[in-house]
Amino acid sequence: MTTVERGTARAAWWFLAPALAVIGVFFFLPVVASLALSFTDFDIYAIADSHNARFVGLANYGQLAATPLFWTALKNTLYFAFVGAPLSVLVALGAALLVNAKLVRFKGFFRTAYFAPFVTTLVAVAIVWRYLYHPRYGLLNAALGAVGIGPVDWLGDPRWAMPAIILLAVWRNFGYNMLIFVAGLQRIPAQLYEAAELDGAGAWARFRYITLPQLAPTFVFVGVITAIGYFQLFAEPYVMTGGGPLKSTLSMVLFMYEEGFRWWRLGSAAAIAFVLFFIILGFTLVQLRLQREAR
Amino acid sequence: MAHGSVPVKSREVAAVFIAALAGCRPVAGGVTLDFWGLGREGEVVAELMPAFERENPGIRVRVQQIPWTAAHEKLLTAYVGNATPDVAQLGNTWVPEFVALDGLVRLDSLVAASATVHPADYFSGIWSTNVLDGGVYGVPWYVDTRLLFYRKDLLARAGFPNPPTSWREWLAAMRAMKAQAGPDRYPIFIPTNEWPPPTILGLQAGSPILRDGARYGAFTEPPFRGAFDFYLSLYRTGLAPRLGINEIGNIYQEFARGTVAMWITGPWNVGEFRRRLPADFQDKWGTAPMPGPDGAASGISLAGGSSLVVFRASRHQAAAWKLVEFLSRPEQQLRVYRLSGDLPARLEAWRDPALAADQATRAFWEQLQRVVPTPQVPEWELIATRIFDYGEQAIRGGAPADTVLARLDAEVNRILERRRWLLARRGRP
Repeated sequence: MTTVERGTARAAWWFLAPALAVIGVFFFLPVVASLALSFTDFDIYAIADSHNARFVGLANYGQLAATPLFWTALKNTLYFAFVGAPLSVLVALGAALLVNAKLVRFKGFFRTAYFAPFVTTLVAVAIVWRYLYHPRYGLLNAALGAVGIGPVDWLGDPRWAMPAIILLAVWRNFGYNMLIFVAGLQRIPAQLYEAAELDGAGAWARFRYITLPQLAPTFVFVGVITAIGYFQLFAEPYVMTGGGPLKSTLSMVLFMYEEGFRWWRLGSAAAIAFVLFFIILGFTLVQLRLQREAR
Repeated sequence: MAHGSVPVKSREVAAVFIAALAGCRPVAGGVTLDFWGLGREGEVVAELMPAFERENPGIRVRVQQIPWTAAHEKLLTAYVGNATPDVAQLGNTWVPEFVALDGLVRLDSLVAASATVHPADYFSGIWSTNVLDGGVYGVPWYVDTRLLFYRKDLLARAGFPNPPTSWREWLAAMRAMKAQAGPDRYPIFIPTNEWPPPTILGLQAGSPILRDGARYGAFTEPPFRGAFDFYLSLYRTGLAPRLGINEIGNIYQEFARGTVAMWITGPWNVGEFRRRLPADFQDKWGTAPMPGPDGAASGISLAGGSSLVVFRASRHQAAAWKLVEFLSRPEQQLRVYRLSGDLPARLEAWRDPALAADQATRAFWEQLQRVVPTPQVPEWELIATRIFDYGEQAIRGGAPADTVLARLDAEVNRILERRRWLLARRGRP
């Protein structure tokens, strides 16, 4: 390295320093601190007197494994992520195809309308949806009743509460993915479709052999981002059900929130955070690997 | 002209600014107290402050209202951040937690020297929620307990002109009402997602809830087991609907319709019933103390309510205690009652006709003679939620009582492990 190059490198470091310092202080430090926290039994007694905190090694993780509620939360989160995330992606793709279709008029209006739920406040949305889901006076049950399906206690029945949450989440989130898909669709050159049409390809063949492969990079992005978001389910059950009935909508993050900020068992809450982190990391790696193989 | 007016304006602005600054500063030579009130009480207490400030010219009070849902977190965060108020209203089940944190001033000597606060003028069950290891850490402000709200007409029609006093009578009345009501109506509503009902029944049956100095759960032991069986049987025989409080829709409407005829709930609902139910319905409902397993005397309930506490970090503890004394006066407690419906903690205040002549609050007076605190450990709130979590498993999931109670004991013992370790380290009995 010449002196000039070394000088340039040093200057670059100086320019980067503020950003690195911010990342270090506000990201790496807290992550390391919470990892350390997860190996202690830090709780309300430790807040009173830090000598009351013990280093407990992996005991928090062991305790979690022995807590039935943790497994319930994990199961619910997986249910939500594996049903909700693909559903959300499919609905988004469908909406994107419709909005992007040549025959559709007022495209701008539809795009905005479908995107609107994404930018609404969840608390306001939740209040409206609680009415929709009301077993006796709700619109949804009235509609089902019109076609002869008996009333469903959406948020009160442990079997239906999670599907109800999924429906709300999909409705609220698909607009964002739809926009990404629309961008992806518009990037596909029109000549490809024209050429295929000349070769006699039908609508399905064009979708299957042009649209889908061309959208592959978009799928990777949408799939990973959606899955990560869905694993972190929190606000919907927090506002709609509080995790009930019978803990059927208790998610990992909600469980962590309760452990940490309701009961002040911060060690245990930190352990949940890391378990969730590794689950999401593992799942994302698998997803990326699968999609790389598919290509 | 426009130019000429500018200096005047900025002078006005400056004057307002200085006045605002002065408003933030303590009165010359005096002190400013921070008071945290929770929910509606926070609003009410602000209305009492002018009188207090007139009496104590050197003291100003800054009242902060904190919603109940955020209060617990906020108080803990304030403690950690060393930003606690001077005086606060504390749910009396939170007192043990803040004592464990060593955050509260021990009030024994202040109470002993006080001309206003006399322990004998309080409900003894309520007073004891503020006593830990022999020390007094809070003064009861208003009281709260649970008892029966019931439909007088439906109970009378089933052949019971008076509310039941024993479990046997209670069960007989509910069965008679069920026979008249049919499958879609229920004699009693006990929300499945509330911990007080099973806890009250357990306490009534003689369970300590936690045993060995609150080191272990006592849920599998016979007293709680018996109460839990009684509790479950209400759901399993169709006397109570398997619904949580937010699943019933509008409970007041359902009560008026006769979908449910009894409900175990608290004093705030006296006001709600009067506001929400039609005028011609008002003579059809009443309140009654909890029935007990062996008659009225065993019909105990929970000693709830809020206490006034002084934080150790306060630099104005003497002034803070003055505020506590002021709010403890019977006439101030009556003002709180008129403004909010919160029942006074002072026995003297109950002699006022507003309370003494009121049929609905009369039952609360009787019930408050028979209230006991829940176990006074910081872990109690967590344990309380576990009680209904596991209760729901039995009610809705259909798990057998034995299994559920064994699981509940196991989980509670795990929660209390920390406490056992701390107690063993301190070498206390």
